Amino acid sequence: MTAPLVYLDNNATTAVAPEVLEAMLPYLREAYGNPSSMHDFGGRLSKDLDAARGRLAALIGAHPDEIVFTSCGTESDNTALASALETHPTKRHLVTTAVEHPAIISQMNHLKKKGYEVTFVGVRPDGVCEPEAIRAALRPDTAVVSVMWANNETGVLMPIDEIAQVVKEHGALFHTDAVQAVGKEPIDLSRTPVDLLSLSGHKLHAPKGVGALYVRRGTPFRPYILGGHQENGRRGGTYAVPNIVALGAAAELAGRHMAEERARVTLLRDRLEAGLLERVPAVHRLGNPELRLFNTCTVSFEYIEGEAILLMLSEHGICASSGSACSSGSLEPSHVLRAMGLPFELCHASIRFSFSRYNTDADVDRVLEVTPGIIRELRRISPFTPPALLR
Amino acid sequence: MAWDYSEKVKQHYLHPKNVGVVENANAVGEIGSMVCGDALKLTLRITPETGVIEDAKFQTYGCGSAIASSSALTELIKGRTLDEALKITNQDLADFLDGLPEEKMHCSVMGREALQAAAANYRGEVFVHEEDDEFHTVCHCFSVNNVTIENAIRENHLTTVEQVTHYTKAGGACRNCVPEIEQILRRLAPEAAPADADATGDEPPPMSMFRRIKIIEETLENDIRPALHTDSGGLELLDVSEAEVVVRFLGRCGSCAQSGATLDFVRTRLEKALGRPVSVREVK
Repeated sequence: MTAPLVYLDNNATTAVAPEVLEAMLPYLREAYGNPSSMHDFGGRLSKDLDAARGRLAALIGAHPDEIVFTSCGTESDNTALASALETHPTKRHLVTTAVEHPAIISQMNHLKKKGYEVTFVGVRPDGVCEPEAIRAALRPDTAVVSVMWANNETGVLMPIDEIAQVVKEHGALFHTDAVQAVGKEPIDLSRTPVDLLSLSGHKLHAPKGVGALYVRRGTPFRPYILGGHQENGRRGGTYAVPNIVALGAAAELAGRHMAEERARVTLLRDRLEAGLLERVPAVHRLGNPELRLFNTCTVSFEYIEGEAILLMLSEHGICASSGSACSSGSLEPSHVLRAMGLPFELCHASIRFSFSRYNTDADVDRVLEVTPGIIRELRRISPFTPPALLR
Repeated sequence: MAWDYSEKVKQHYLHPKNVGVVENANAVGEIGSMVCGDALKLTLRITPETGVIEDAKFQTYGCGSAIASSSALTELIKGRTLDEALKITNQDLADFLDGLPEEKMHCSVMGREALQAAAANYRGEVFVHEEDDEFHTVCHCFSVNNVTIENAIRENHLTTVEQVTHYTKAGGACRNCVPEIEQILRRLAPEAAPADADATGDEPPPMSMFRRIKIIEETLENDIRPALHTDSGGLELLDVSEAEVVVRFLGRCGSCAQSGATLDFVRTRLEKALGRPVSVREVK
């Protein structure tokens, strides 16, 4: 592949920011000690952990002691649900939505097999889960409600403030998988009554292999990974110092540039979207156009299939993603798009472009230059394309 | 996820050969649908005197390997007689492409079936023996019939349900047809399939009407309605008798073209919960 890379798959993972890489390198080289050691060579690193914890806490309006570092978003999600159930042993019911990430859905299905009851609350055709739908699902024995902050496939933002309020009034614990939102959306947990929040480093320009779970002060908690007394006894396992420092640096960077980045990237995303809608016939924008992440554009092209589109985009160096069955590795298209009530034909043809701070106008130009031809070619191959579209 | 496609597969989806519709075609084969995620329309012009396929073109809706398999099919059959062409197996198609990932073998099966459908069309026959008593749909999610599954098992020496799914897509979604696929495997490849402990043939124990209704209501509430709800539909229980369960679909389910498949889904879930066959009738 000789075409220059146009990376528009930032909801899948992001590039490590150069500043973040610089911040973590000393801890991969000379400062390799263990912060839990008695000697100064290792022990002095604990102040660097504290600094990282403080930076991440500041990004989401939390106290530093409310941050538990983990290995990834999935571990944070698993820890949150397991802890909520262990601390409320008489409660056997959980509530979530039909559009969660597999990190939540898989665990919910596993819990069902173990005898727990789970209510999967549906979403509107625009992908939004209504607070009243959550309220209707609550029961006296509901232990925890888990609703994602932003959907990874559509970018749709859930009304987390309202949902958190509904759950708080009821008295169950409220967890949110905010993996796609942290670093992109302004989050202030001193105002939003979330009890547990999951986040992941590699979605905000830190490396893969580090995440965090926010645990509000006073929330009952049981560790999921048992071991040493790291993280105040809340998560065993030697501190991944380079990764944690990197996450702190990435959080600081995200907070510092958020306003500017949101404005600039929104323009890029909107230009891409408007360009696609203008240049390609029979294309649909998916998800609520207002209530969504500023970096995500999900569209569906009628009469053709998503994997084929991705393969052709990839040939031009363009990285995107699809909710089609073939690209998911299963035979069924995206559960998110199906829960929105989209016809299978549109699910199969969905393409997600997701931006980061490193995307440029040239990237948008390139996609707009290449995509109409790809869509046209695949429609020429498809038996379902109305002849009028090919004229 | 990224597939490990061969260079040849890549060439054939990036630059497919023989795209389009043959003018004056005298054989047309159509397989699949947009709902299922892949479809292939094959048009041929066959010289009646010689039986030679003079021209072959395709139109495909589907992923990269579906397009590549279709392109490969037309390349392989052009210039051959129809009888020769029909001897080409799905494995021959995959080999021509230097292999397909096993999860994508159903693309090659689709290519071969389109050719069989075109041949039947040319000869004025009905494809896949629909008049045959045994012929029926096994997998309702992807509309896969028993003949397709049996042929795939025989020709490719399949021994597991997972392989059958890779080759035909059957069993790839709701998985309600997995017991039947296991049954077919036991029949065609008895040495490979594990014995089914449930298939004892014993009569289920008697059940009171109270218990019958209770189990049906619980299954509807906990198992069936949540599944329908995610499709923005619902289900109302109207009556339960010894003979049948009567239901009405609400919302999107009521008007969905696939409500037959949905009814089947309801029936299999109820049968599993009750441990006996049950008849489910839909009232509009």
